[in-house]
Amino acid sequence: MSENPETVSVTIDGKTIQVAPGTTILNAARQIGGEVVPPAMCYYSSLKGSGGKCRTCLVEVSKGSEKDPRPMPKLVASCSTTVMDGMEVKNKTSERVVDARGGVVEFLLLNHPLDCPVCDQAGECKLQDLAFEHGKSKTRYEFKRREFDKIDIGPYIQLHMTRCIMCYRCVHTANQLTDKREHGVLHRGDAAEIGTFIEKSLENDFIGNVIDVCPVGALTDKTFRFRSRVWYTKPMDANCECSKCSGKAVLWMVGNEIARVTGRKDENGEVTEFICNECRFDKKDLSQWNVEGPRKIERSSVISAGHYEQTAPEHTPLLNKA
Amino acid sequence: MTAVMNESRQFTPELLEEVNRIVSLFPEGKQKSALIRVLHLAQAHFGHLDTEAMDYVARLLHLNPIEVYEVATFYSMYDTKPVGKVKLEVCRTGPCMIEGAERIIAHIEKRLGIKDGETTADGLFTLKSVECLGACGYAPMLQAGESFHEHLTEEKVDALIEEYRANPVANYMGLK
Amino acid sequence: MSKKLLLEHIDVEGIRTYDVYRKQGGYQAVEKALKGMSSDDVVEEVKKSGLRGRGGAGFPTGMKWSFLAKPDGVPRHLLCNADESEPGTFKDRYLMEKIPHLLIEGMILSSYALGANQSYIYIRGEYMFVMRIVEQAIAEAYANGWLGKNIMGSGFDLDLAITPGAGAYICGEETALIESLEGKRGNPRMKPPFPAVKGLWQRPTVVNNVETIAAVVPIIQHGGDAYAAIGIGRSTGTKLISASGNINKPGVYEIELGLPVEEFIYSEEYCGGIKNGKRLKALIPGGSSVPVLPHYLICKTAAGEPRLMSYESLADGGFATGSMLGSGGFIVYDEDQCIVRNTWNFSRFYHHESCGQCSPCREGTGWMEKVLHRIEEGHGTMEDIDLLWDIQRKIEGNTICPLGDAAAWPVAAAIRHFREEFEWHINEPKLSQERNYGLVTEKTFDAQPA
Repeated sequence: MSENPETVSVTIDGKTIQVAPGTTILNAARQIGGEVVPPAMCYYSSLKGSGGKCRTCLVEVSKGSEKDPRPMPKLVASCSTTVMDGMEVKNKTSERVVDARGGVVEFLLLNHPLDCPVCDQAGECKLQDLAFEHGKSKTRYEFKRREFDKIDIGPYIQLHMTRCIMCYRCVHTANQLTDKREHGVLHRGDAAEIGTFIEKSLENDFIGNVIDVCPVGALTDKTFRFRSRVWYTKPMDANCECSKCSGKAVLWMVGNEIARVTGRKDENGEVTEFICNECRFDKKDLSQWNVEGPRKIERSSVISAGHYEQTAPEHTPLLNKA
Repeated sequence: MTAVMNESRQFTPELLEEVNRIVSLFPEGKQKSALIRVLHLAQAHFGHLDTEAMDYVARLLHLNPIEVYEVATFYSMYDTKPVGKVKLEVCRTGPCMIEGAERIIAHIEKRLGIKDGETTADGLFTLKSVECLGACGYAPMLQAGESFHEHLTEEKVDALIEEYRANPVANYMGLK
Repeated sequence: MSKKLLLEHIDVEGIRTYDVYRKQGGYQAVEKALKGMSSDDVVEEVKKSGLRGRGGAGFPTGMKWSFLAKPDGVPRHLLCNADESEPGTFKDRYLMEKIPHLLIEGMILSSYALGANQSYIYIRGEYMFVMRIVEQAIAEAYANGWLGKNIMGSGFDLDLAITPGAGAYICGEETALIESLEGKRGNPRMKPPFPAVKGLWQRPTVVNNVETIAAVVPIIQHGGDAYAAIGIGRSTGTKLISASGNINKPGVYEIELGLPVEEFIYSEEYCGGIKNGKRLKALIPGGSSVPVLPHYLICKTAAGEPRLMSYESLADGGFATGSMLGSGGFIVYDEDQCIVRNTWNFSRFYHHESCGQCSPCREGTGWMEKVLHRIEEGHGTMEDIDLLWDIQRKIEGNTICPLGDAAAWPVAAAIRHFREEFEWHINEPKLSQERNYGLVTEKTFDAQPA
């Protein structure tokens, strides 16, 4: 139980932390860090209303709280369940969680094309990471997969709906950016899709951020398409004078060429500040940027695995860990 | 979006009055709550919900078009593609199935020369198998417009088809 | 107090109209409440009555009402769930179609109890013709001073309107219903916050089923204690049962809770026995979502006790040997019916009705339908049965709303009780296309009532 009345105490996989009341289990786990953090495919802390949908972050609450220690009968979505003082949560230490999460991964992959070899997201795909960690090597699904045609939603963004896992992040992003959202979720059930209904290009100055929030390769940067594989690029922190956004970005370099520009992501893979379309799509000349230095890649992924000697010295312990 | 709206592509004054009445059922600023019912009206009036019809509804209710598209494609009663004047919607779920829904569907298919989901060449009939309509005790059944036709037999279906052929009532719901 | 509380006057000619309804004692409960009872008194009577939600979940209504948040200056809403869509269920339609003023009277009483001044009835779009009837009745109620400002000089204001859906089973889930009433896609919301705190337009909201709200009328009229005296144990009062399938007299019946299932099926007063002299094979007692029971678990529980039409008795034995009262959608299968085909049919329903928001339901419902269809069409393998079991297991309990459970339970129950029939379909694909399994297994038809 928390000694401090301003905080509540929660234990996740045996690790205890004090957090502010109202904190979700997922965010408490992220404060602890490491293995206790459940994966999250749809939740995005800066996007209001996100979360709850993908069900990958399900955890077992083995003790509800100090006051009411009864366990919760069902697994709960850690992204949308707030902690109670004295709560005990099992993530990886729960067989039920491991089993259910394996199920969710299988469901997410059911209609996924598994076209990683030709997908621009490969190497920084959350679904790829998840499948690697929880998935089985063989699918039990023997029916035709759902397929959609690729469409361009504007000159810079391509929507490849076949890869989408319906996390709704891009819709929440648009809602947050504008009162005049132009794309949304159409149809229902397993026929549901992200789209504009009629051919339309998304015009908002910041709409490019849907690419960064997409956990898979459903929304990709056309200016980057097939330019390179992510793991051959070298990410550099850079900034520029911009009237629309902070100008703080990451340049993904191939030699001295800027292959693409993205926002900066934190250790949870979430963009810290949205950048504008101009910075993202148009500023592809190195002279337009002040390069700060190599980008830390904290996540253990193919990108960091390929992250070789150029990585700044202070990052090496992370690499060793991975 | 076409710049000029064809006059027939708008609601009549009576319909606009009905829209206002529906909107007035909800508190100020909550006119989006009228959307589902107004879409029924639009479908009845325009025949089906094409983009122009949905954009028109969006303007009427001060909504972004995407909000209307999202709703119109979610609910199974809305048609975003053209359908026949009379839509024969046969319930195919459990209790109706065991009372012969499949037989009724097959009969209509044969009778009209169309498959489930198709429309006759003359644009008169569309056959659609649908999920439970809440008439399980009176199975098998079909819905046409606002009418439920229950305890169906092949003979009843034949008579019904003739009746609708002679008098193809508006197929859609929402108009009195 | 008669055993029929809701349908007492159902056969009176013209009961649909205000004048006849009023002549039969209609709106007396409203008079009683508004003249002599505080809103808390009404809540108290409903608590005493033991009334439980009639939509399927069976949650105590009085308790649900007491959860309603009442922050100062924030309007509260009562919503009536008339989105009746659970296969096998058609009682709410019957009630609204035949005696709409009973629902309106219940809405007035319940709104008064909750301090709600703007209430809505959300009716499924396919019931448009029923909506017309209710809308007409609402107009009559306004014209006669039962709705509007300062009802009967009590100082209580109530506006009531009915509004349609447009074809989506999911909108029967209360948060999806709220979303739909806000003019959106019927995607269920994450809970918490619960509707009692943040519901319609983020305001405190109670959602109750048509029959639940109608039952408040006799409860106020006769008192909560009198209502609680009817029924059995915690299953108080009466329940509308929608009876369908292979019976002689399908239809809507009002029963006193606690009636033996056997009597309900075989007595002339109710279903009148199995049609065409056939034998009973299986039964779904509470709408397509609840587990199917094989004939040997219908009239008696696994412990050999008589099975009763009550929340407790139908659930006796848990999912291993019991089922649920649910919405009272009573679907009867005779010996000619194929369990595999029916399970596939319901699976198709849930696949069709999944909103698509969360992964296990969006992907899993379609997968189950496809595997079941493969078995039904004679292309299944023994592994398919285990696969189905595993898929339903991974959907159940892991979704945002109960549709996942509703899709999983029928599949689980069918495999649990009729595994042999699935195996027969797989081993005898040709035979299974030609005839029904039930006919070849006489052993499963022991000890049936004549």
